[in-house]
Parts: sequence; C-alpha cells; structure tokens
Amino acid sequence: MELTSHLASQSFPTLPTYDFAASLDKTETQAARQTVGNPFLENPRMTCRDVAVFYGEKEAIRGINIDVGCNEVLAMIGPSGCGKSTLLRCLNRMNDTVPGCRVEGEICLDGENIYDPSVDVVPLRARVGMVFQKPNPFPKSIFDNVAYGPKIHGFTTDKAELDNIVETSLIKAGLWEEVKDRLQEPGTGLSGGQQQRLCIARAIAVSPEVILMDEPCSALDPIATAKIEELIAELREQFSIVIVTHAMQQASRVSQRTAYFHLGDLIEVGPTERIFTNPRHRLTEDYITGRFG
Amino acid sequence: MIYSFLLLIILLLGASAYFLGTARAVAVSQQTGGMRSLHSLPSHYGALTALGCVLPALIIYALWQIAEPMILTSMIKGNLPAEMLKLSANEFGLVLNDIRNMVAGNTLSGTGNPAVMAAAEQYISLQTSAGRIVSMVILVTMCVSAATIYSRIDIHLRARNIVEGLIKIAIIACSAVAIFTTIGIVLSVLFEAIRFFKIIPLQDFILGLTWSPQTAIRADQVGSSGAFGAVPIFVGTTLIALIAMAVAIPIGLLSAIYLSEYAHPKFRATAKPLMEILAGIPTVVYGFFAALTVAPFIRDLGMSVHLDVSSESALAAGLVMGIMIIPFVSSLSEDVLHAVPQSLRDGSLALGATQFETVKNVVVPAALPGIVGGILLAVSRAIGETMIVVMAAGLSANLTFNPLETVTTVTVQIVTLLVGDQEFDSPKTLAAFALGLVLFFFTLCLNIIAIRVVQKYREQYE
Repeated sequence: MELTSHLASQSFPTLPTYDFAASLDKTETQAARQTVGNPFLENPRMTCRDVAVFYGEKEAIRGINIDVGCNEVLAMIGPSGCGKSTLLRCLNRMNDTVPGCRVEGEICLDGENIYDPSVDVVPLRARVGMVFQKPNPFPKSIFDNVAYGPKIHGFTTDKAELDNIVETSLIKAGLWEEVKDRLQEPGTGLSGGQQQRLCIARAIAVSPEVILMDEPCSALDPIATAKIEELIAELREQFSIVIVTHAMQQASRVSQRTAYFHLGDLIEVGPTERIFTNPRHRLTEDYITGRFG
Repeated sequence: MIYSFLLLIILLLGASAYFLGTARAVAVSQQTGGMRSLHSLPSHYGALTALGCVLPALIIYALWQIAEPMILTSMIKGNLPAEMLKLSANEFGLVLNDIRNMVAGNTLSGTGNPAVMAAAEQYISLQTSAGRIVSMVILVTMCVSAATIYSRIDIHLRARNIVEGLIKIAIIACSAVAIFTTIGIVLSVLFEAIRFFKIIPLQDFILGLTWSPQTAIRADQVGSSGAFGAVPIFVGTTLIALIAMAVAIPIGLLSAIYLSEYAHPKFRATAKPLMEILAGIPTVVYGFFAALTVAPFIRDLGMSVHLDVSSESALAAGLVMGIMIIPFVSSLSEDVLHAVPQSLRDGSLALGATQFETVKNVVVPAALPGIVGGILLAVSRAIGETMIVVMAAGLSANLTFNPLETVTTVTVQIVTLLVGDQEFDSPKTLAAFALGLVLFFFTLCLNIIAIRVVQKYREQYE
C-alpha cells in the first residue's frame, strides 16, 4: 500500500519511449536555441527575424529566424504542436483572426515589415496566398470559386478578361482539362483532389508572390497527392512556396530547403537533400529516421 | 371514489408484481448456474410480471368505462313507466338525458317527475354495485394473470423481447395520438368548410372582393344578406405580414450576422439568450403595446406631416409583429451562420477578402438555405398571429394596400366570427372554418417549403 502510493505520487515524465525534456539542457529549454544550419539567404522573398508567437500566455514559437527564397519550395516539418503551422499562418497574418494571438519580432515581405501598423492586411493576403489542409471550396460554381479573388480585388470588370484569368489559373493548377466543360457546376461536387487543386487555382488567380500550403495533401489519396506534388514543382517557377507537411517523403520530393521545428524552436534548416541524408542535430536525425514524431 | 381507490391498488399490485418477478428470476437463475444462464435481465422478468398484472386491469377498466352507460341505461329502461317507453326516439332521448343529468347531480330540467327520479336512484345504486363487481373482476384478473406469468418464469422465457415489444407498441401509440389529432383537426375543419362551400360557392369565396359576414338570423329580420369574398382579408393578412417581414428580416438577419461574425464570443453568449427572450413575451402584451403605444404614435406622427392615419393601422400591427418575430429570424439565422465551417471564412480571408466581403460573398450564401428556412417559419408565424392584429389592426375588411388604413386579417375574422352567441349552421359561422382551412393550407405550404429548404442545407454539409 505504502509503496504503490509513493510510486503514484512520483509520476513518471510524460513520454516513456522518448524523453524530449531530458534531451535538452535546462537553459536551452527556456531561451531560444541556436539553429543548426544557415537560415539566411542572399536574395530572400520573405524574412523572419526573432519571431515569437503567443496564444494568450502560452508561447507557441520563439526566436525564429528564417528566410524564404524566390522560386523555391521551403518545407517545414516537425512533430505536431511544434509551431510550424503557427509560423506559416504568421506569414500572411491569418493569425490575426485567432483571439488572444500575439506576434513579436519582424516578418518582412520584399523588405517591408508586414506587422507594421501601416500595412493593410487585405493587399498583403493577396500577395501571400494560402492553401489549407482540408479542401475548402466555396459553395459556388467552379468558375466563381476561381473568379472570387480577382472580383473582390477589382482586378478586372471585363468578362472576357475574367474568363481568361480563370482559365489560366485552372490550367496552372492542372484542373482545366477536367472541368472546362462544367465550370458552372458547384465546386463542392468535385473529388477531394480536384477540390484541393481548385483551391490552389483560386489562390493563383490573385497572382500572389508567395503561396503558403498547410498540409495540402493530408486529406487526399496517393494519386491526388502525386498530382498536387507535380503541381507544386511547376508552380515553383513562378511563386515562392512554403509547405507544412507531416509526410517526410513529400518534403524530400517537393522542397529545395527543409526546416525542422521542435517544440516552438527552429532546430535545423538546410538544403533538403542534406537534411535528409546528413542531419546535423540529433533531434532532426531522430525525427527523420522515425524514432519519434 | 371506488375507482380512484382501485387505481391505487392496481399500482401497488403492479409494483409488488415487479419485485416478485425480479426475485423469482434471480431465484430461478441460482438453481441453474447463475445470472448468465438467464435469457434476460431479472428486471425484464419483473417488468413482464408487472405489465402482465397491470395491463389486463387497465383494459377491463377502460372497456367498462365505455360500456357502463349503455349497459346501465338498458337495465333501467325496463323499470320505466310504460307511457315513457312509448315516446318517440327523440323524446325518449330527452328523458334519458334528464336521468343522466340527475345522476351527475344537475337537477335542472327533470325536477318533479317521480319516474325520472326513481330511475336516477336506481341508476346510482346499479352504478355502485356494478363498480364493486367490476373492481373484484379486475383484482382477480390481475392476480390470475400475474400468477400465470410468475409461474412461467424460467431461464428460457424471453422476457426482454416481450417487454421491448410492448415498449415499442406504447411508443407507437403515443406518436399515433399526435398524428391522429392533427388529422382529426384538419378533417373537422375540412368538413365544416365543405358545408360552408355548399352555401357559398368556392369561387365567390376566393375571388369575391367584399367581406361582410353579417347575415340575418331570422327570415323576417332586416339585415344584410352577407358577402363572403375573402380577397380583402387575405390582402390584409399579406400586407401586415409583408410589413412585419420588412421589419424582421433586415433587423433579424443583420443582428444574426453581428452576433455570429463580429461579436466577441462572450458577448454572443449573453446577447443571444436576451434576444430570444423577445420570443417569450406573450403576444397579448405585444398586442396592447401595439394598440396603446405604437398605433397612437404613428397616428400623431402622420398628423404632424398632415397624413391621414387611422388609429388602428396595418402599419402599427405590422411593425409590432415584425418586432415579435425578430428573434425567430435572428436566432435561426445565427445558428446556420454559426454552422458555416470556419475553413470557408479562412479561405476567403486568405484570398485578401475583407471581413464584410467574406460575410457577404461566402458566409451568407453558404447559409442562405437555412436563413430562408428560418424566414419562412417566421412568415408562417406572422400569418397565424392573432392577438396583435386583433388589438392593433382593426376589424373592417378594406381592400387596400395602404399601410396607414385599417385592415383586417384572416385570424381576426375567425375570432370575430366565433366570439359571442352563434348558430352553427349559418354561413357566418361556417365561414370561420373556411378561413381556417385556407390559412392552414397557406402555413402548411410555407412550412413544407421551409423544411425542404432546411433539409437541402443540411445535406450540403453532412
């Protein structure tokens, strides 16, 4: 009796198989840790400097420094709750809609701090588009889904030009051949993979500079995933892409650089090939070899 | 008196049958290797015994309640004086009625007739002794049927299936009550309406432009012959409903949008119930609010700009009715707006849409079927509303679209036609049923459309 109650009160650390806390120095867990690898680029599209995000009192990410290059795919990987999606949502200020969310530090798009009070969030989001985890076509026709962005931003009032934008966007998203005969049918009637490509077409239609993708294939089957991955490779020629993914195979297939996040810290960043063949930090190695995560 | 005592005994016997049955099942199971060998739970056996005890009793009791007057009446007939038996069927019915009245303690018309009084006394004594006999029969049946089931309890008896079956029958019976009541009401309105249409042709009713239901009661009476053109009152109903919707839709919808899309969750949690309180105010309160506050205010306002406003105007009734149905519109719309997935809002915001653009182009269109459903329910509520229009809209059936004049509605006319002393075969009274039928048909159509639209919305997101 005595012994068992003693054991119970001494409760063991949270994870029996792999103990994160023990692997970190005590000072390390409190302050932001030095990132392994060079997060900076010569000619970046976006830059993050000392970015920290709080949800209420809780610090979700801290001291993040990372650049997003032009015409590159940056993959962000890491276990759930590591802050990769939080950082992604900071890049077009989608975190503004989350109550109690506070962002510190500086995030620049083409040298301009997007968190500066003078910056209007509406044109910013037109420049930094986003594709979500679950396909979320509007309950409108396929045409109206793609035309939505151009219409609200007043890109054109000319019907022919709008048709042109819709067609180009759908072609770029690799969906045109499948839907060209049924543009007036509802977007929600498409298959999951088609819906996600429709969402990509919708994002492309406002001609952004950066496209953020938050686990864009996690709700799709392997064939639809392969199509989206091909599409990402093509889109890189025109846009900068930041993709959050849980599938490490996917990160290694589609990205040029990979960043590994762990419990709110950016642990390691570098060329994708190097990260996956020769990780320098033990946490990165453990994660990509599947020892946890 | 004896029956209420009997009912208590039936319940007590039922309860003890339950415990006896349960105990017996447990005892049986212990002889044959424990609880697991039983087909059903012990409580199923208990319930079966209790039901077997109570159900026959209730059935006999109900049958006797129906049969008692007939049996007892035929028994006292033989003792009535011969000259009474020779009376015609109608007059004999009156005599029997007197007897029954006397039995029930109402000695209004039969006073003084010794034969009737004797018959009534005989009836009462028969009733008392029959009550005793029936009670004994019931108690014996209860004991016999409970004992039969009790003796049959063994591990193979499928008590659970029988009890579940009986529960299912009880549930079906309850829902049948609701359905048959509805059917009964519809049919009674329908048959009375058909009687009306035999007197006044259907096309006169539906297409007639004059409504003046006063008819002469006696042939020699000076009075109008009545005109039953329902167009003015349907126009009045439509006018008031339109005014109400013109008030309720913008205010209700916009407040729903505010609560769902803009308000802080804490504010929403307080404000929504507050708004729903509006729906809990009795309509009669709205009615005198309309008649005593709003209508005079509108008249004074009209007079200040030299407009001729009657003191009971469609505008006053419509405005107050609109306020009354705001919570229907806002609460239902808020629910559907809130149910629009957040991912749609995120998708729109991420494209650089402003919050209002998102609401206007994505959230409201996605919720539109549900909003329309809510509005249609509010409309049928507005059309069926009575108290406000009785007090504030007036009685004269003007064929007008001017909201400043007095109009009347279907419900008000039904009320005025049926209030007071009426004869039930004059077209004036029967007109109420015809109006009711048309009104019912109207709101039924609206409700069917509303339900269809809401269903369509549900299919989209599930």
